[in-house]
Amino acid sequence: MYPSKFDYVRALSVDDALEKIASDEEAKFIAGGHSLVPLMKFRLATPSLLVDIGGLHDLSYIKDEGDHLAIGALTRHTEVEHSQLLQAELPMLSYVASLVGDPQVRHRGTIGGSVAHGDGASDLPAALLALDASMIAVGPSGRREIPAKEFFKGFLETALSPDELLVEIKVPKGVSSWSYKKFNRRAQDWAIVGVAAVKNGSTKVAFVNMGSSPLRSTGCEDALRSGATIEEAAERAAEGIEPPSDLNASSEFRVHLAKVLTRRALEELS
Amino acid sequence: MKVSMKINGVEYERDVEPRRLLVHYIREDVGLTGTNVGCDTSSCGACTVLMDGKSVKSCTVLAVQAEGAEITTIEGLAEPDGTLHPLQRAFQECHGLQCGYCTPGMVMASLSLIKENPGLDERKVREGLEGNLCRCTGYHNIVKAVLQAADEMGVKA
Ligand SMILES: Cc1cc2nc3c(=O)[nH]c(=O)nc-3n(C[C@H](O)[C@H](O)[C@H](O)COP(=O)(O)OP(=O)(O)OC[C@H]3O[C@@H](n4cnc5c(N)ncnc54)[C@H](O)[C@@H]3O)c2cc1C
Ligand code: FES
Ligand code: FES
Repeated sequence: MYPSKFDYVRALSVDDALEKIASDEEAKFIAGGHSLVPLMKFRLATPSLLVDIGGLHDLSYIKDEGDHLAIGALTRHTEVEHSQLLQAELPMLSYVASLVGDPQVRHRGTIGGSVAHGDGASDLPAALLALDASMIAVGPSGRREIPAKEFFKGFLETALSPDELLVEIKVPKGVSSWSYKKFNRRAQDWAIVGVAAVKNGSTKVAFVNMGSSPLRSTGCEDALRSGATIEEAAERAAEGIEPPSDLNASSEFRVHLAKVLTRRALEELS
Repeated sequence: MKVSMKINGVEYERDVEPRRLLVHYIREDVGLTGTNVGCDTSSCGACTVLMDGKSVKSCTVLAVQAEGAEITTIEGLAEPDGTLHPLQRAFQECHGLQCGYCTPGMVMASLSLIKENPGLDERKVREGLEGNLCRCTGYHNIVKAVLQAADEMGVKA
C-alpha cells in the first residue's frame, strides 16, 4: 500500500520547522510516523508536504525541573519506558509507555506524536490528562502552554494549530499513588477501554477509548470530592459519557468496563 | 529524491520517491529480498529490520526517514564464510520455524530484544515478541530458540 504523492523536507531546527510548515497549507509534520504513515497508506491522510522533525534531536530529553518533569516532544516511547529518572519520579508514565503497541512501535513512536495526534484510543494522552500535564507549543505567534484539559478537543483534534509545533510536555510531580488499567484481548492491541487514575492532592481519573478524545471522568471525580465510597464513585464513572460501539465492544459494554476498571484502579490507589 | 543509508555495512544510494517505503527500498531498490512483507499494516512484524541497532517495522518507515541510518537485515547476520549467527543456528536447532515466512522478522526482533534486555526469561521473550506473528509454529520453539541464543550470546540471567 502506498501513500498518495507528497513532497518531503527535513527540518533543521525548530525555527526552520515552523518556516517550512507555513509554506504549504496542506503540510504536516512527521515525527516517528507511526500514526501518520498508516493513515497515509490507507489514504485517510493526504498531506501535500511532509516536514520531517525526526532529526531535531534537541527535542529528545527527559529533565527534572524541580516541581515538574519536562519531556521533549521527540522522546521516543522506548526512552520514556526505560528512563531511570521517570522510573524514579513518575513511574506511571514509564509503565504506560511500556504498554504502547510492541517494541518495534515503541522504538519509533514519540510522545509528542502521540499527544499531537490526539487519538482517544491512545494510552499516553489519557495518562497525561489524568496527570494534569501541560503541552508547550511554539508557533508564528510565539510560545504557549496549554493544559491537557484544554488540549484534547475531539476526534484527532487538538488545540494545536496546523502551523504550531509541540516541543515539550510538562508533568507535575507530587503523585502519591497511581493506577493504569488497560483492557484488551490480544497482545499488542489498543485498549478497548483504559483507565488512568492519579492521586496528587485530589484524585483524577481519565479514560482511553470512551469517546473521540481522551476524557476525564467528572462523575467519578465529583463523587470522590463529596466523600463517596470507591464503589459509589466507580458507579458514576461514565456519567455524561457516551462511548462508541465498534467491532471490539458495544457502547454498553464500554460503560460496564469503565465502571469495573475505575473501581479496580481506585482500589489500587488507596 | 536521493536517499542513502548503510545496509549490512554497505553504503547504498538510490533515487526514490518520498513515499517509497523502507521495506521496498531494501527489497526492490537494493535487491535484498530476505526481509518479507506480510500484513503491510504494521501488525505482523515480518518486515522487521534493525535501524541504528533497534527493531523497526520497515513497512511503516519511509525510506527518506532512514537517510543516513545503519540498517541491518537478515542477510547481514551470518559471517561472510556462511557461518550462521547464534540466533539463526538456534532457530534451526530448536525447530523455531516451519514455513519460514515470519522468520527473518522474528530473528531481527529477537536480536534487538536480546541486546536491550539482559536477563531474558520466557515471559519476557513472549512479551518482547508480541509484535511478530507466526502462523505455523505455535511459538514455543521460537521462544526456546531465543532463550538458547541469548544464553550463547552471554546475556541471559
Ligand atoms: C501497530 C501499532 C500499534 C500501536 N499501538 C498503540 C497502543 O497500543 N497505544 C497507543 O497509545 N498508541 C499506539 N500506537 C500509536 C503510536 O503510539 C504512535 O507512535 C504515536 O501515536 C504517534 O507518534 P509518532 O511520533 O509516530 O507520530 P507521527 O505519526 O509522526 O505523527 C502523528 C501526528 O502528530 C503530528 N505531530 C507529530 N509530532 C508533532 C509535533 N512535535 N508537533 C506537532 N505535531 C506533531 C503529525 O503531523 C501527525 O499528524 C500504535 C501504532 C502502531 C503502528
Ligand atoms: S509487513 Fe510490516 S508489520 Fe506486517
Ligand atoms: S514459520 Fe510459518 S509463519 Fe512462522
